Amino acid sequence: MQNAAPMFQENERREWMGLLARAPLALLEAWASRQPERAVSWLRRPESGLAMVRGRAGGTGAQFNLGEMTVTRCALKLEGAAAGVAYVQGRSARKAELAALADALLQTAARDAVRRELLEPVRTRLDADAARQRRKAQATKVEFYTLAREAGV
Amino acid sequence: MVDLADVAPGFADATLESQAVFRLGLAALAQPGTIVECADFPKPPRGVHAAANALLLALLDQDCRLWLSPSLNGAVAGYLRFHTGCVLVGEARQASFALVAEPAELPPLGGFDAGSDEFPDRSASVIVQVGALAAAGPWRLRGPGIRSEARLQAAGLGADFLAQWRHNAALFPCGVDLFLASGSRLSGLPRTTRIET
Repeated sequence: MQNAAPMFQENERREWMGLLARAPLALLEAWASRQPERAVSWLRRPESGLAMVRGRAGGTGAQFNLGEMTVTRCALKLEGAAAGVAYVQGRSARKAELAALADALLQTAARDAVRRELLEPVRTRLDADAARQRRKAQATKVEFYTLAREAGV
Repeated sequence: MVDLADVAPGFADATLESQAVFRLGLAALAQPGTIVECADFPKPPRGVHAAANALLLALLDQDCRLWLSPSLNGAVAGYLRFHTGCVLVGEARQASFALVAEPAELPPLGGFDAGSDEFPDRSASVIVQVGALAAAGPWRLRGPGIRSEARLQAAGLGADFLAQWRHNAALFPCGVDLFLASGSRLSGLPRTTRIET
């Protein structure tokens, strides 16, 4: 086993794995179409399964099972370079494949280009989606104290 | 933690290849003394024979507890963990499957889980890698699945093993089942097979 110093911190990888897991397929495809052909070998072909999502009320309460979600995972190896792993939401094998390829490249010297061309657009899109979701939720917010006052309590 | 860059690929087509290997393992156990060929399967990690590797890839899943004999190093454990999701155990007694690198490393057969009277099918399956395996030689096999008598030679398993095997047979319906692997050749020794020399 080689013990070369990794070119990234563990929490950095956690962050990009999270982004890739939620990335829309269209963005991944757009990025992949600009990539040169690379020789990859499969360690594990894409396979779909269920994962139990667990939560804690308020982040501190007792653990409970929120529900199951579909997850697709795969692992591949770049020719002469790092291995890439992906666990992505949904059942798209293609999405898992592209996410694993991006993960492998992020561990190589190509990482800056991948960050610029893939991770940043994904982050922007996800932030925009989240902001839109928040706005929609905000619009339906009910101020209960107002109702109570109008009722003359 | 396993460095994935060191892990070799497993089955190219997990469904079809594991079914093919399962069929071969079944044939080996059903007809003790016959030798089946497990060729064309993935290149095993160092120290593991191709037949043993293919059989473990086909049989193991996350409900299986695997024991590896001492000389099989972390790379073998990492490979099998990654491809099958099996659980590794440190004690032979806890294992449902065991891989033994060479006959010299085979612990006493009584040290494996022989199952219980209620569930004799839950006993351990032990894969022993031997230097040579031939359907001829000193061992005369008798028992279910053998018409009259079958011959077998497994290099490195001696009189001490035969005594333990007789004891294992006496536990019936409990007892462990053995697979012998040499290169891509595989042979089965179910608990019902009697060995005479």
